[in-house]
Amino acid sequence: MACFLVPTGEAIVTTILTKAIKSKEKADITPSKEEVHEAVSAKIPFSKKLSWLNNMLWGGSALLAFEHIWHGEVVAWFPFLTAMENPDEAMAMLHEMSTVGVSMAVLVTAVWGIMVMASDIIMKKQELDETAKLQPIAIDNDTEKE
Amino acid sequence: MTLLITVLAACITTVLWYKNAPDDTMKLGFLALMYWGASLMWMCDAIFEYKELGAEFFSPAAADMINDGFLGLSVVALGMVIWIVQLIVKDPKGIVKKAISKN
Repeated sequence: MACFLVPTGEAIVTTILTKAIKSKEKADITPSKEEVHEAVSAKIPFSKKLSWLNNMLWGGSALLAFEHIWHGEVVAWFPFLTAMENPDEAMAMLHEMSTVGVSMAVLVTAVWGIMVMASDIIMKKQELDETAKLQPIAIDNDTEKE
Repeated sequence: MTLLITVLAACITTVLWYKNAPDDTMKLGFLALMYWGASLMWMCDAIFEYKELGAEFFSPAAADMINDGFLGLSVVALGMVIWIVQLIVKDPKGIVKKAISKN
């Protein structure tokens, strides 16, 4: 009926958050170009990770909104949702939003959380591999000096 | 049917994104995430429908399947239209800018 409105609401919040975090990250990273490059390559910025969630929420909501238009549940005239014309249907719509809609938002956010965790693990592993590769070279240099 | 078609579109787009990674000039990652988001939402919808209908959920009427199939294909097409619009607006290769400045 209107379950897609819950993820849409979450998408609005996360988009505002992304913009705020992005501007904060830009303000934090003002030193030299090399330092910026190092910081970006060493760690994925949180705003980038949030943009993955934004894409999933906005994209999913847009395609689901299309499905609702297809089924005649969303119309171009006021009140835009056909369920709003009847109090009984409006109650059913609110119930659907609080069950299916909330579950959709929670599931997408949970999958995004797993994606973020996986990317953090991959980045950490990569960092460890790089330091392990550099260590023998440092030892060799020390022995050469001796 | 809609869920199935969207999941297939998401898988194909993800494979294409992976094939070209780390180069994402074509913004395939955006398209893949959009399809995955929709797939997850429809999966949730399907779980609730299954809870309501039970085994009947897996044996839909032929007319419903055709309608859902058309809807699924339309959804995939709409996703691609959104992706193309985003690609042209962001213009990562600068092709649109060059074409406009030529005229």
